[in-house]
Amino acid sequence: MSRRKTERLLNLVICLLATQRPLSAEQIRQAVPGYDPDNDEAFQRMFERDKNELREIGIPIDVQRDPWEDDPGYRIVRQAYELPEIILEPDEAAVIGLAAQVWQRASLAEAASGALLKLQAGGVRTDLADSPLELRVDTRDAAFPALWEAVRDRRAVTFPYRSAGSESVLTRTVEPWGVVSRGGRWYTVGHDRDRGAPRVFRLSRIAGPVSTVGRPGAVTVPEDVDLRSMVGFQEAPNERIALIKVRQGTGLGLRHAAVAERTGSGGWDEVEVTFADPERLAGWIASLGADVEVLDPPDAREAVIRRLKGALQTSGDHGCER
Amino acid sequence: MSSDRLPRLLALVPYLMSHPGAQVPEVAQLFGLSEKQLVDDLQLVWMCGLPGHTPGDLIDVSWDGGEITIENAETIARPLKLGVDEASALLVALRMLDELPEFEGRDVLSRVIAKLEQAAGDGAAAVSSQVQVEVGAAPGAHSVITDATRRRRRLSLHYYVPGRDEITPREVDPMRVVVVDGRHYLEGWCYRAEAMRMFRLDRIVEVDVLDVAANPPAEAEPMDVTEGVFRPSDSDELVELEVTAAGRWVAEYYPCEEIVELGEGRLRVSLRARDQSWLVRLALRLGDSGRVLSPASLADRVAETAKAALANYDSVA
Repeated sequence: MSRRKTERLLNLVICLLATQRPLSAEQIRQAVPGYDPDNDEAFQRMFERDKNELREIGIPIDVQRDPWEDDPGYRIVRQAYELPEIILEPDEAAVIGLAAQVWQRASLAEAASGALLKLQAGGVRTDLADSPLELRVDTRDAAFPALWEAVRDRRAVTFPYRSAGSESVLTRTVEPWGVVSRGGRWYTVGHDRDRGAPRVFRLSRIAGPVSTVGRPGAVTVPEDVDLRSMVGFQEAPNERIALIKVRQGTGLGLRHAAVAERTGSGGWDEVEVTFADPERLAGWIASLGADVEVLDPPDAREAVIRRLKGALQTSGDHGCER
Repeated sequence: MSSDRLPRLLALVPYLMSHPGAQVPEVAQLFGLSEKQLVDDLQLVWMCGLPGHTPGDLIDVSWDGGEITIENAETIARPLKLGVDEASALLVALRMLDELPEFEGRDVLSRVIAKLEQAAGDGAAAVSSQVQVEVGAAPGAHSVITDATRRRRRLSLHYYVPGRDEITPREVDPMRVVVVDGRHYLEGWCYRAEAMRMFRLDRIVEVDVLDVAANPPAEAEPMDVTEGVFRPSDSDELVELEVTAAGRWVAEYYPCEEIVELGEGRLRVSLRARDQSWLVRLALRLGDSGRVLSPASLADRVAETAKAALANYDSVA
């Protein structure tokens, strides 16, 4: 934006705020320096663009259509424009300062610092106390800004999505109800139009651009929806017990997680660990290599053997290539 | 940048009006500008004013001797109201603070949230309940650690390092508790590493507060966590893995230098690691859904370890 344009827009804001009654486009043309006095069409185009730019930064322009006048009148209603008086105690201001630092990236970080600046401009003191606590939330997923906007505007979206472990990417169309961060990952929850049911999507598995579908305001969030419990997938409780041999002096993490530990003979101990999914248990146990051996149950034992054979095969292949 | 200029001016003018006698350097810093840029903004403001634009209509600004005074700007004396994104960004963060067990001052928080919601209108309140950051359950050690950080006491920790499957004792001077993406970390000077370290609270197996005042060396500076908590160093070994669709989680969980789609959900990822034994464990965990492409020494170690582990099972199989 050129300096001249910024000047014109600032004068336009002042003009529209100062006026008691709505001004016609022609009156504005006379009052605000920088509009073309000769070419009507050029003025109209410029005035339209200016109004749009003001609206984009959140300035509400009131349009009055008087049945007795041909041209609409414009003004900015002070009450709709101004930040209401907000008085914060020092401890309240410190909390806002802490909250404004939370967002780490682009869109929301800018929004938060913009908000802080407006509050400070409104007279709020937000001197940052030296806090022993620091909070950060990252929104590194490329899909985050588009989903935030869709949730804000209550608008349906469509995006390419790869389900966990899937080899293919499918296009999904979703009415988003919300976005939730859990355990450092972002999820969106909503009504999946293709499945005709509520679904949860992990943002990191969205494999391409998110586009909006239909009008803003078209999505209705069910009143009783609990976003978090939807994202907190029903992890099965650890109801099963595995018996595992551990070489003495190793497997410290495993021993720490164990519900029972017995000193054995021949340099080996035995521990009991609770689990739900044998594959998950097998991933952990396989990672501990030759220091552990699952004795029971057989399905967990088989799962470990399968993983180890898989690792041997893939890394062994490499050996053959050389 | 220049498209942000009008919103900035609409905040700058009210700021100057509510802070008479503000100095050029401090205002420039607050608004993220150089002093020259700020003066340029002031010059622009000085050219604007009420219709008529006679000297009596224009905003009067001066910055003689670095002290800024502004007059005749009553029309834009109040800042623009908060936008939905602006208010929501703060509200979501405030609601997250509310979930932190170590956050003292829940009454302050509810007062702030109420004031902000009132200032922002319904739109922002609605959005901020639809965007939520869940804070992980605080591990047991948590209250002891926050308390010691506040009181600046040295801690004795037993810390689990999953990469090496070790529990190591350390003495740490706690400096801050950092919550990143809902997960708690203790940041402090570690006397074992003789460096600043981040400790995940849920991996602290045992903690004792020592009767010693924390006294970290002068070079102990809090780390910049803007780009994530764990950043591999350039001197760490670069490793290439190929994973199938079932192993794609590797690219989501660890910071990768490069991720290349190979089709059918397969990926080639490059990552750096300080410790090869961590990578051996990762490869074993992946089973046939991962393959080490390079270095060859790592592939050999994986094969060796897998063979040795399988030998445990041979006697019965």
